[in-house]
Amino acid sequence: METATTSPLKEKFLTSFESHESALAQINPEIVAGAKSAIDELDFPTTRTEEWRYTRTARISNEQWKIIENKSSIDITPFLIPNLNADVVVFVNGFHREDLSAISNLFGVSVAKMNSFSSVEGAQRADEANIFQVLSVAYCTSSLQIDVAKNTVVEKPIHILHITTDEKALAQARIEISVAQSSQLHLVESFISIDEKKSFTNRTLSVSVGENAQLYLDKIQMESDENFLLNEDNIYIAGNGLFTINTLTVDGGWVRNSLNISLDGQNIEANLNAIFLPRRKQLVDNHTKVNHRFPNCNSNELYKGILNDQSTGVFNGKVYVQPDAQKTNAYQSNANILLSDDAQMNTKPELEIYADDVKCSHGTTTGQMDENALFYLKSRGLGDDNARRLLTTAFINDVLDKVKNEAVKDYVIGELVNRELLFN
Amino acid sequence: MLSIKNIHAKIEEKEILRGLSLDVKPGEVHAIMGPNGSGKSTLAAVLAGREDYEVTEGTIQYIGKDVLDMAPEIRAREGMFLAFQYPVEIPGVSNMNFLKAAVGEIRKHNGLEPLSAKDFLKLVAEKSKLVELDGQLANRAVNEGFSGGEKKRNEIFQMAMLAPKLAILDETDSGLDIDALRIVANGVNALRTPERSFIVITHYQRLLEYIVPDFVHVLYKGRIVKSGGKELALELEEKGYDWIKEEVETANA
Repeated sequence: METATTSPLKEKFLTSFESHESALAQINPEIVAGAKSAIDELDFPTTRTEEWRYTRTARISNEQWKIIENKSSIDITPFLIPNLNADVVVFVNGFHREDLSAISNLFGVSVAKMNSFSSVEGAQRADEANIFQVLSVAYCTSSLQIDVAKNTVVEKPIHILHITTDEKALAQARIEISVAQSSQLHLVESFISIDEKKSFTNRTLSVSVGENAQLYLDKIQMESDENFLLNEDNIYIAGNGLFTINTLTVDGGWVRNSLNISLDGQNIEANLNAIFLPRRKQLVDNHTKVNHRFPNCNSNELYKGILNDQSTGVFNGKVYVQPDAQKTNAYQSNANILLSDDAQMNTKPELEIYADDVKCSHGTTTGQMDENALFYLKSRGLGDDNARRLLTTAFINDVLDKVKNEAVKDYVIGELVNRELLFN
Repeated sequence: MLSIKNIHAKIEEKEILRGLSLDVKPGEVHAIMGPNGSGKSTLAAVLAGREDYEVTEGTIQYIGKDVLDMAPEIRAREGMFLAFQYPVEIPGVSNMNFLKAAVGEIRKHNGLEPLSAKDFLKLVAEKSKLVELDGQLANRAVNEGFSGGEKKRNEIFQMAMLAPKLAILDETDSGLDIDALRIVANGVNALRTPERSFIVITHYQRLLEYIVPDFVHVLYKGRIVKSGGKELALELEEKGYDWIKEEVETANA
């Protein structure tokens, strides 16, 4: 069979960064060549592609992005989380900046560049090959591996800070985290843009949670209206493992989270919580897949959205319960409030159950703010703005309560209050 | 304090109030009684500023200001308080945060400094005793999972916290057993002052044994058709509303 010719669109997209290849991460040339030939066979998804039905990518594919390694000194203190007391790993435009990072030789933790990806195999396993994934392999800006040794409770959180600084920067970091048997790590990841420069962050995270290990991941997304952010997270959890992710989308013009969790053993607990509060013309798309492959595992998913103005939300939550996964408990809930007639929420829960002794539920609601509650609050003297904010705060409070680290929680609440999205 | 003149109000094209007038002076307690569908709750809703009700005619003056021009929150900040017939459950909003915000906004509106956390808690402790509301309820989400009696006690507790000039009690007695009724009434009586006025809307005379009114008005078909002293309530209890209806129909014939 003949391979498809590169479409003019893709050609335009690619030409702009061929010349910057010297700056790219040193990845095994065979892998890069494989990825480049895969690009030839793929194209950008359209709204006819089921997985991208409500999320347009034209504004990404029509842009001429550049690989921009910014080596200038940047004061990162405004982007640190007060009282978190974390080790910090900094990426600028997708390039790992050791000079800005602060790693304190945590016991049992190693941070290293890598030239190959275990996640590439993972990506190929997925039946829908994804052009963004292939692009980030072929033109990977930085690749980093964080390993936690066996039996280690990492004493400090690790904060991975992604900053974009330059107009039209394409940031394609790939990060692999491995938490070995009976170890524990709290990871925080935040995404920030400086000066509202248009950028596209296509960041891939691959996580392996070992036997009896625990990983807590708080992800804070707060770029500006000009930014595009794509997160591809592939999580593999071994038996007796615990994985919790809180995806907190505070701000950003275009955000797509693709979260895939594979429960590869027994007695695993996976918790997925999220809030998203798009406004203006922002778009937030959460695609999650939870794959129960073995018996006696629990997954809990709670996603809550508050959509204002002309914003768009997408939730697509898939839960697979494979034939062997008896005694599975899988719960999924997506609740949304539309604050404006022009806001739009597209929600689609999907359960595929092939085992017969399981407890699974899913529920989704999309509604307006409770006018009776609003009137009740106003009748006690609260102004319209405060009353609305108090109600939205109440609506997402149960998700915020899942953020166990007080410093992270305070930080996110503060950022929401600053944006007048939350009641103070 | 309050002067309602010839108010006509409708909801969804249906006229409910048809020329209601009422004068309330400082410190007075007025009971509004009437059969179901006479417009009692509509009166409460119009006074509190519910948007679904449209006032088509008439005026309402409160402490010399035009109430109909005020947003519900401004009415509250100016000292009007409505105890709801059906208090709303608001999951996720704690009673304390809600009250702190309400007290804060009312004080700000009246040019007062915000209360310190300590003074606020002191006020909560003092006022929750009035209605025998235990501290647990104060810390829970607004009305969520409260029993009927707890919800009504919470209304009176909020009233005590916000210290209004004019309180409107909309069927606060409905659905209460005798103990809860006594607690609620005692709370209200403790809040009676020579300046504070009350409009007590009720279907039954029972509440008025505990909260003794200065005036009793009978509302029928959207108008006050009879006014009197507290003995009028007893007469209504004894004879029901039919004789009033007949009187009105005869007068109209």
